[in-house]
Amino acid sequence: MARVLLFGPLRDVAGWREREVASAASLADLRAILAAEDDRLGQALAAPGVQVALDQAIVRGDAMLTARSEVAFLSPMSGG
Amino acid sequence: MIRLTTAPFDPGALLGEFCRERGETGAVTTFTGLARGEKGATTVLELEAYPGFTEGEIGRFAQAAKARFILDDVMIMHRVGQIAPGEAIVFVATAAAHRRAAFEACDYLMDYLKSRAPFWKKEHGPAGARWMEPRPQDHVDIARWDAPRPEDDGKAGGA
Repeated sequence: MARVLLFGPLRDVAGWREREVASAASLADLRAILAAEDDRLGQALAAPGVQVALDQAIVRGDAMLTARSEVAFLSPMSGG
Repeated sequence: MIRLTTAPFDPGALLGEFCRERGETGAVTTFTGLARGEKGATTVLELEAYPGFTEGEIGRFAQAAKARFILDDVMIMHRVGQIAPGEAIVFVATAAAHRRAAFEACDYLMDYLKSRAPFWKKEHGPAGARWMEPRPQDHVDIARWDAPRPEDDGKAGGA
């Protein structure tokens, strides 16, 4: 289980901004689940420049998730 | 102080607040950024942040700037949500003992905010909506601060 958030153009690709995803044990799992439901989103999440924050800290590569994990996929930042 | 707000703010009031009770500060520099209407092409600017994360990232950068320029204090107020042309988007104030540090730190913080801060910006207008990216000039502006200074480089010579 993870709370998944999308920021920037990713939310328009997905058509949602926030949701719960059950049974994702790791970030790699979560990516696979999201990609299986929506191929376009799966590709967008893997695009260069997209960063992942786990519980509000940037992570690179894979990481384990817990029931209370918050995973944010961050489109390339635009600045203010 | 780092703050995001969905409500319009008054830059003058923030400056007044920032200047209060400063016995040792000799210089305060501020920058106020306003939303441009682009001659009617932009009716609303939408700015998205990741609450908590965005303030944290900006806060860490502001702390580093405080150490780099030896500042007494920093204030950053940033709008998020829907912003109308003419409204203030960002207010940055820096306080230092002398003016050069205050000017440079304010410039530095704005270059960071415009290019690397965790915001996602969308322009809405008669032609529809589009997500914005930093302009090439924004990347050039922030890169200035990474470049070695001539006095740090033995080969740079006189000039």
